[in-house]
Amino acid sequence: MTTTEVVDMISVVIDGFEVSVPKGTLVIRAAEKLGIQIPRFCDHPLLDPVGACRQCLVDIEINGRAFPKPQASCTIPVEPGMIVKTQLTSAVAEKAQRGVMELLLVNHPLDCPVCDKGGECPLQNQAMSTGQGETRFEGTKRTFQKPINISSQVLLDRERCVLCARCTRFSAQIASDPFITLNERGALQQVGIYEKQPFESYFSGNAVQICPVGALTGASYRFRARPFDLVSTPSACEHCASGCDMRTDVRRGKTLRRLAGDDASVNEEWNCDKGRWAFKYVTALDRLSTPKIRNSDGILVEASWPEALAAAAAGLSANKSAVLVGGRATYEDAYGYSKFARIALGTNDIDFRARLSSDEEREFLAAHVVGSTTTYRDIDGADQVLLVAFEPEEESPIVFLRLNKQFRKRALKVTAIATKLSIGVEKLKGEFVKVAPGAEASALSSQSLTNKSVILVGERAAESAGLLSAVAALAQSSGAKLAWIPRRAGERGALEAGAIGNLLPGGRPVSDAAARVDIATAWSTQSLPSENGKSASEIIAAVNSGSIGALVIGGVDPLDNSDSAQTLAALDKAFVVSLEIAPSAVTERANVILPVAAVTEKSGSFLNWEGRPRTFDSAVADTHNRSDLRILSMIADEMGRSISLATVTAAAKEIASLGRWDGAKISLNKVSVATAPSLSSDQAIITSWRRLLDLGTLQQGEENLAATSRQTVAVISPKRADALGVKDGDRLTISTELGSVTLPALVEEIHDDAVWAPRNSRGSQLLSQLGVAHGAVVKVAKA
Amino acid sequence: MTKLAPVLSAHWDEKDSFTIDAYTRNGGYKASKKALAMDPDAVIQLVKDSGLRGRGGAGFPTGMKWGFIPQGDNKDHYLVVNADESEPGTCKDMPLLLANPHVLVEGCIIACHAIRAKYAFIYIRGEVTHVVRRLNQAIEDAYKAGHLGNGIELVLHVGAGAYICGEETALLDSLEGFRGQPRLRPPFPAIAGLYARPTVVNNVESISSVPAIINNGAEWYQSMGTEKSKGTTLYSLSGHVKNPGQFEAPLGITLREILELSGGIRAGHTLKFWTPGGSSTPLFTSDHLDVPLDYEGVSAAGSMLGTKALQIFDETTCVVRAVLRWTEFYKHESCGKCTPCREGTWWLVQILRDLEAGKGTEADLAKLLDLCDNIMGRSFCALGDGATSPITSSIKYFRDEYIAHLTNGACPFDPAASTLFEGANK
Repeated sequence: MTTTEVVDMISVVIDGFEVSVPKGTLVIRAAEKLGIQIPRFCDHPLLDPVGACRQCLVDIEINGRAFPKPQASCTIPVEPGMIVKTQLTSAVAEKAQRGVMELLLVNHPLDCPVCDKGGECPLQNQAMSTGQGETRFEGTKRTFQKPINISSQVLLDRERCVLCARCTRFSAQIASDPFITLNERGALQQVGIYEKQPFESYFSGNAVQICPVGALTGASYRFRARPFDLVSTPSACEHCASGCDMRTDVRRGKTLRRLAGDDASVNEEWNCDKGRWAFKYVTALDRLSTPKIRNSDGILVEASWPEALAAAAAGLSANKSAVLVGGRATYEDAYGYSKFARIALGTNDIDFRARLSSDEEREFLAAHVVGSTTTYRDIDGADQVLLVAFEPEEESPIVFLRLNKQFRKRALKVTAIATKLSIGVEKLKGEFVKVAPGAEASALSSQSLTNKSVILVGERAAESAGLLSAVAALAQSSGAKLAWIPRRAGERGALEAGAIGNLLPGGRPVSDAAARVDIATAWSTQSLPSENGKSASEIIAAVNSGSIGALVIGGVDPLDNSDSAQTLAALDKAFVVSLEIAPSAVTERANVILPVAAVTEKSGSFLNWEGRPRTFDSAVADTHNRSDLRILSMIADEMGRSISLATVTAAAKEIASLGRWDGAKISLNKVSVATAPSLSSDQAIITSWRRLLDLGTLQQGEENLAATSRQTVAVISPKRADALGVKDGDRLTISTELGSVTLPALVEEIHDDAVWAPRNSRGSQLLSQLGVAHGAVVKVAKA
Repeated sequence: MTKLAPVLSAHWDEKDSFTIDAYTRNGGYKASKKALAMDPDAVIQLVKDSGLRGRGGAGFPTGMKWGFIPQGDNKDHYLVVNADESEPGTCKDMPLLLANPHVLVEGCIIACHAIRAKYAFIYIRGEVTHVVRRLNQAIEDAYKAGHLGNGIELVLHVGAGAYICGEETALLDSLEGFRGQPRLRPPFPAIAGLYARPTVVNNVESISSVPAIINNGAEWYQSMGTEKSKGTTLYSLSGHVKNPGQFEAPLGITLREILELSGGIRAGHTLKFWTPGGSSTPLFTSDHLDVPLDYEGVSAAGSMLGTKALQIFDETTCVVRAVLRWTEFYKHESCGKCTPCREGTWWLVQILRDLEAGKGTEADLAKLLDLCDNIMGRSFCALGDGATSPITSSIKYFRDEYIAHLTNGACPFDPAASTLFEGANK
């Protein structure tokens, strides 16, 4: 459904040129439309106007009545009959701007040669355009101790600050993390933190990016480079499914920083700190660079590419094989795995879900997600948003920012069906529907949605039997828009590419003969396997039972699944070809290791949760690392069963030519909700999610980033706390037969039957330590 | 032939003037009873008709301000009284509250009724503990007597001593618990003020003038003052005069008349310069003794009536030194929000310190004036403008004195001669 928005247009004259802009447009923005650049510092199109820096003063008259003094063009909306004279046509405006620029420089140090911002600094640039070469100020400048940490990640050089309040307004208005404010007054005014509440925001890097001077710098980038030595490449973020547009800045083959790109329909101009600051994994010392094969003594030795490819091809040809590909693969790589499984291995045994998953989920994805068109825009227009097993701030931060924008703008109603109240939902003033882990589905029935509502369901919904069935039913009965938001960047692309046992590329059901013919024709093959493939856990079980003998694994951490012991046993048993960037539990057990390119070293695209392509080029030019796709193509060639995908471009073209499936989708067989377990007094049901900043593989080596992660705690309800005699900060032990974790307790809003802990944080790696993460009965005791 | 017209200050000489008993004895709380029986719009009209204008400095018609509050909007309305009297030289609201706090309380009741507000807040500067105590007592007594609490609540909020909080929107921010910094307008307080609700912000003296207007009628009030500046007001005389203090007179009285009433400049000295309405209003000299002290008269002579704080300086005073002191005040009190005020006052002080010490050249005067031109009308609120007034006006009238500092290589004045320490005034 498309709606035509009627916008009132207003005509104004700026510097003698007429321009027509929507009602409510600020003068400074109307001038931009004419190509007239009015200098500014505090103005930012996504922040509320503040009019603090006074740099953008212009002369304005309305219907012949002139304002007595120049006005800040960043605070005044256009009006009919308005005539604006900027610095280009008004001597008063010109002098006012020149005067303000001179004043801004009174207390600003002349340290551009050692300042990180030098070369890309709005103050430097506008001092050149609007200021004068020589200062008339002969007095004493204000100085401060420098720099001070406002977090482990963000440093502040107070003497450089022009007090535009962009950072504080961003934190308050966009991130709803008002942890930095302006303190003191006069020229001693400064950005500061509350001493007991550090600047631990998931979005703090944006404050650094929008600082118009060199006052805020990122600890990891400070003094590393001059802007003019960097080569910038537009890129896409690989850390989650939000789909941020990014810019990657590289010097001499090494990524030095990443910035949020500008995409109004997705991330606007923001990103999260993980996307911005987690990229050292690419240059980690233990990065795999040469192929290895396991020799006859069982030892991994370095090998040449021809040797390794031959060994891989031989092992895969000799065994019945399956493919496990993690959620980090690009769309094109996933397509390569998908085609490789079908053509080279002759199987549908492929699954991209390297995490807790279910067969219900696989059907749900094929029935309701593949080809889905719900977008950020639907959130913008929603009458309410229902979050199911999904914590946007932790699991897809840009979705959180969008919800928060609509909440702040028009009090968007957000309802969260969750086991525990999260900080993010609190910030959205969301309605928290408290459920016991596993009982989420029961709460759905009480939700009344309309066809203007949006349901955002997270990948964790697969962990509660019957939940996805209930979500699908609610969407159907209410007409609400439905979106499935996985955590990893590659999952939606992998789904569309058919890297799953029940779907071929383009959402074509394996079970549909016509769909198989479509693909077989495109791939110039006689036929494709017609049985639905096995899921990841079935593949592992099949290896352990001997019916599958070889595995191709790319980007999978076996500890991301609850049956990690089973997985490790299967890896030991099977012939494993591992396509990886860094050593892992898989490479340790692999028979052939083939090093692959990281995201910054290759081109490709991700499909974000909306299904929107996020394409990127290789940011690092002179890498020798090859994409998964290229390597799979070489193995297939070696096996004599070519997949003909030598390049990313070839894959992208082939995907485009396949188009989408327009036939019937498979339907979801309703799964019923599991009965709630009965608990003894020392038992609880575990629930968890991953925090944005945790022990994730791609965050390794980022100490400054890790230091801003949220505290690891075990959360219990006040009732349980009373029963256990536990108060905030006391140690709490959660245990299963497999093991235990002991964490400081936090008494909070959580279902009485539940205990929550972060899934993969320092001291709390539930899947490996407890073997369970959601819905299972655990023991809880005071430590 | 006295020109004095004590209305607000009529009973200040009574020993117990600040008590509810004295206030009631002198006819207090009759006006609120009368007003509460009137239609709120009629109260607004009466105040409009009286010609009462804001006594906080800007002189905006009080009744008109009340009339801006949207009616029937189903929103809470608030009255906020600005008692954050902080302008150097200004000292009328504090004596008024010390001597007769109940007149403000009664004024609040009437104003709340007129603008359909259930809550009034008085934002008072925190340093004046004795005034805070009296006002607290007055409010408590008014509650006990049933004047407050029957549909109108009055809250006294004590500020922490920032000049900027006298700016009405900064005051509202401070009252809401934020740092006091001026807000972007529009929206104006009448539409979205305290807690984003329609709010009237009035000066203490403006609200305190209302009970007498209700009691005596618009015509009575109109009968005093000049054509466009009606009524009586408090003139606060301070500095090198024989008898400093509050002089309540009809608007339009001249300084010459007030000096006559007060016994003149301290003995043996002559008037050099003075402020008509606090340090933010451009200086006057002895040439301005006959300027009518009403909104139009002062404005026509190149200054502003402001708060009618008549700071008198005799010939012993170094104007450069006086201006430097004021400028240091503005630098200290600049809230820091906007560049011109924040950075400009930082710079102005440094130039003025040099000039007072006799360092620099005449070119520095040109720089100083150019700098003032870059601050005046460029800052976020009027406080930045105010900081330039003493500088530009003093250079206008006393340029030679500035230059004398430079040619002399030091200040030619003896600072001790201008002091009013004990004995100096005798």
